[in-house]
Amino acid sequence: MSNIGSYDERYRDFDWSRAEEDLSWDDGGMINIGYLCSDRNCELGLADKTALIWESFSGQEKRYSFNDIRIYSNSFAKFFRDLGIEPGERICIFLDKIPALYIGLLGVLKMGAIVQPLFSAFGEDALFTRLEDAGTEAILTSRKHIGKVRRIRDKLKALEHVVVVDGEGMELSDGEVAFDFEKAEAVERFDVYQVSPETPSLLHYTSGTTGKPKGALHVHHSILGQYMTTKWVLDLLAEDIYWCTADPGWVTGTSYGIIGPWSLGITQLVLEMGFIPARWYQAIEKYKVTVFYTAPTAIRMLMKEGEELVKKYDLSSLRHTASVGEPLNAEAVIWSEEVMGLPFHDNYWQTETGCIVIANYPGMKIRPGSMGKPFPGITATVVDPTEYKPIEKVGSVGLIALKPGWPSMFRTYWNNQETYDSKFKNGWYICGDRASIDEDGYFWFVGRDDDVINTAGHLVGPFEIESALLEHPAIAESAAIGKPDPVNMEVVKAFIALKPGHEPSDELKLSIINFVRKKLSPLAMPQEIEFRESLPKTRSGKIMRRLLKAQETGEEIGDISTLEDD
Amino acid sequence: MDAEMKDVILEYVREEYLDEDSGIEVDENTPLITGGLVDSFSLVSLLMFLRQKYNANIPDQEAIPETFDTVTNIMKLVERYRQDK
Repeated sequence: MSNIGSYDERYRDFDWSRAEEDLSWDDGGMINIGYLCSDRNCELGLADKTALIWESFSGQEKRYSFNDIRIYSNSFAKFFRDLGIEPGERICIFLDKIPALYIGLLGVLKMGAIVQPLFSAFGEDALFTRLEDAGTEAILTSRKHIGKVRRIRDKLKALEHVVVVDGEGMELSDGEVAFDFEKAEAVERFDVYQVSPETPSLLHYTSGTTGKPKGALHVHHSILGQYMTTKWVLDLLAEDIYWCTADPGWVTGTSYGIIGPWSLGITQLVLEMGFIPARWYQAIEKYKVTVFYTAPTAIRMLMKEGEELVKKYDLSSLRHTASVGEPLNAEAVIWSEEVMGLPFHDNYWQTETGCIVIANYPGMKIRPGSMGKPFPGITATVVDPTEYKPIEKVGSVGLIALKPGWPSMFRTYWNNQETYDSKFKNGWYICGDRASIDEDGYFWFVGRDDDVINTAGHLVGPFEIESALLEHPAIAESAAIGKPDPVNMEVVKAFIALKPGHEPSDELKLSIINFVRKKLSPLAMPQEIEFRESLPKTRSGKIMRRLLKAQETGEEIGDISTLEDD
Repeated sequence: MDAEMKDVILEYVREEYLDEDSGIEVDENTPLITGGLVDSFSLVSLLMFLRQKYNANIPDQEAIPETFDTVTNIMKLVERYRQDK
């Protein structure tokens, strides 16, 4: 029997107060996420239980109990407080998947500051844009990444502290300080900052079609959504060994790689290493992983590696598998059931929703290729794109829309209330994705409603890529689109018109892709470049990205005069 | 081993994938992919570099940890796929 039991019954009777009771909020319990994921587990008798099993790139293994997590997160909290960071100020965590990231995040929350997690592969321009927008006061990083911070530091007026987790023994500049949490003073007791449900907790940046990336602000109340969905969608039980492969630089890695499992007192595995099929299978076998949450791109790459590799490993410990990030194709669901003995349960949500909102549930029949049904407590539909009214006709494509009010919904975009407001139409939050709903209420993803590129489950903004491309000395005009890709769903393709005096060449292509990779990230780096004499434009001079995409995918373009008027 | 090729590839790796301030040292036996220094997306640029520099069309499916993790292994693949040989 799964945790959720009967989906229909749960959906019918659900109230978020159920999560409040589970987390003891109804008894006046503390609601700080940092406390709930560490101290509370110890108070419930789990102090000696393993909270984190971590394996480094080189295969070195470390284990931390919930009591370790409690004490070390206290150390982080005290350290930041002693630095003079005030509650509500932003502390960026810019680290690879190492223990300091996971424990440091709880420490920041415990002292009342806002965590700004950023993907450690971001280049200096991507980092600068996000730190500048957030007015970040401190950044927690490592030797490996400090060069990027140093090169932009002078331009960041608010950034006062650079904390280097492995900085002991290295030459540090003004404002840089080394902090090794395992060598620091063990802080047995820390006066956790008392938050209200609406106190900001995390600031996750996400990309849009236009403008700079936007910081989706979440609050401590969000834990109700993360707790409940982890329990019912990921179906975690006390004895589970859970593995979420997401990087906490992105929202899945914080909601389901830290907050969800630890609010339930679950042991979780973290591999520093990225995707390497044999090592992943090896990890499932070695650590006897029972619940596995990953991304469709990874599943498709496992499929590519074939059945022979799977057979070399004992994956019999697995009892539940799930995926998120982009639509999971039906073939992947069928393959996993045939080869691994378990179908992946796809689910849907986004940075702004904070938690899973549509899912395939354990115990419920999966329809391969479908995102599933709305989570209890979530009212979801598809609406038409003009009046934003729910579409009644079964199977019609519309915009995915959610009724606002669930606990983990974002509360604003940092410094950008106007864009936040624009996301709400006719009383619905509009997700920006298109889908249809079948006769039984299952949602079927169709595509995005904007030009944002979804590559390997990560959203990349075309505007940010185009802006970076224009900084290259040879480039006069640029456009970035998502080119369909069988493994990554989409990859970035750039169309480029060169400045006079520059000629297309393979050397120039390499120079351009490395230029973008270093400025933004490997995800934003064009995997393909096409040189053109000039790029198609609207009458007002805007480059017609959608026309380029239609040409690329062979879609019917139709009358381009409407595009020209955009 | 072609010492010049080794130096050229190592120099490219240092220049493009490592940060000077990181203090990370690499040699021909340093694991690049499994060591977290070169990610799967960035392999595209490394393959492109090898194609341009050595006329070596290494297939994407060879750019995996088992065969492409160190400069030593990369050199073996370059030799195998060089068009001018």
